[in-house]
Amino acid sequence: MDVASSATAAASVLTGARSMASGRGPSCLEANDWICGEYLRTRSQELVDATVQHVGITVVSVLIGLLVAFPLALLARRRRGAAGPVLGLTTVLYTVPSLAMFALLTPVFGVSPAVVVTGLVMYSLTILVRNILAGLEAVPAEVREAARGMGYGSARLLFEVELPLALPALVAGLRIATVSTVAMTTIGSVVGYGGLGNLIASGMEGFFKAEVLTASVLCVLLALVADLLLMGLQRLLTPWTRGRARAGGRLRRTAGAAKAVG
Amino acid sequence: MDAITGAWQWLTTAANWAGEKGVWHRLGEHLYLSGLCLLISCLIALPVALWLGHLGKGGALAVNLSNVGRAVPTFAVLVLLTLSPLGTHGDWPTIIALVLFAVPPLLTNAYLGMREADRDVVEAARGMGMSGPQLLLRVEIPLAYPLIMTGLRSAAVQVVATATLAALAGGGGLGRIITAGFGNYDTAQVVAGAVLVAVLALTVEGALVLVDRGCDPMRGRRRGAKGPRTGGEGPTSRGAGRLDGAEEARTDGGAGGDGQTGGEEVAAVRKPA
Repeated sequence: MDVASSATAAASVLTGARSMASGRGPSCLEANDWICGEYLRTRSQELVDATVQHVGITVVSVLIGLLVAFPLALLARRRRGAAGPVLGLTTVLYTVPSLAMFALLTPVFGVSPAVVVTGLVMYSLTILVRNILAGLEAVPAEVREAARGMGYGSARLLFEVELPLALPALVAGLRIATVSTVAMTTIGSVVGYGGLGNLIASGMEGFFKAEVLTASVLCVLLALVADLLLMGLQRLLTPWTRGRARAGGRLRRTAGAAKAVG
Repeated sequence: MDAITGAWQWLTTAANWAGEKGVWHRLGEHLYLSGLCLLISCLIALPVALWLGHLGKGGALAVNLSNVGRAVPTFAVLVLLTLSPLGTHGDWPTIIALVLFAVPPLLTNAYLGMREADRDVVEAARGMGMSGPQLLLRVEIPLAYPLIMTGLRSAAVQVVATATLAALAGGGGLGRIITAGFGNYDTAQVVAGAVLVAVLALTVEGALVLVDRGCDPMRGRRRGAKGPRTGGEGPTSRGAGRLDGAEEARTDGGAGGDGQTGGEEVAAVRKPA
């Protein structure tokens, strides 16, 4: 015991002497600075692992959300009676605070990533269902008629005409859902699967400022990168919207006027 | 099933409701923090939004504020504030975090409500000789009312949810019951706490829907517009309930600030619906 403590004391004296010798003062890890390059260097593996987990949880959640939201939106469009309950239920789910949602799902799935993913899927549904529905409903009736007249069946009409036209609204929803999912994944740290949120939680317990700030900044950066990637994806998928952007204002105004007359 | 019966037992045990760590005390903390922060946020956001909306300036700020707010994790802000020098000042980290997350929905919705007030009506009112303040109080605010209330509702839900998270950073409120349950591996308590939080959030949302309906300054007139004047298409014929869906798409639409790609598509198509 004595030997160990005297050894650490000696070590700290040594590091102190060394830092004094090099004229840099105590290292930023010892000083518990908010910004610390040494932290980035020594814990890079930890940061990479957390980021990978964060991205994984987000991507899986949003993809499952999209897969669930699409049939729900189609159902809500097909049957007027289903639209109210579907939108109402997703809104109720959205109102439940995330901590409570994860807590309620814990007895169902045990302490596992499934808790976090399921909760995040439920949140993404609200935005995705609404935006897909809005996009599909915005397809002009004439376009639909023309396609039908050309002999398009309902499946081909959906996937080749309606879905491409609904894509801008869908991607707008996807971007919002993704950005909020990235932010909300951090709360998964209550069950130990929060990606960068785990680092924020452990940094809080250890009063480790650099860890908390680095993880927080990375989290915001992740959200921004995801948003930009999805924006780029939309540009690629809907090249026809690019040329129209300038003429769009005029078109829209004429459409509004027509509606007011009709 | 075990968890449900366990949670029920936890909730029906009188000892869990009394005392410093009991439900009543935690609920009190939760409501006090939420109410106080919602009030501060309204005092900050509404005047700014109404003024900017009246002048027709600062749209980019109002819309982008919401988008930036969405990208910032609540948990991170709470922990950062707790570790900052403010952390030693009791509830202040929580209060600041709650206000930070309640301001964007209030500001954005109120601003959009002001901007979406029918320009023809506003012009007509100006033509009738209304002054700036008259225009604001008697035309623009009543027309913007549905969206202002939507902002208030989402801000309130946000505040209740954020106040729950405050427990993770050592604050008070009902979230403490959940985090304490996780700490003791007490699933019954975790579920019971979660049920309490969920019920509180849904109650707040429901109560504000009722307040919204009760206080609508255009209540009588909106209904009247549907009756004799069948041509009533303007903003007056949009009931508060109807707007619910449309407005979500519209406020969400501006994501990323490049309106012309996705966002306005939704807004443009949603309006005539």
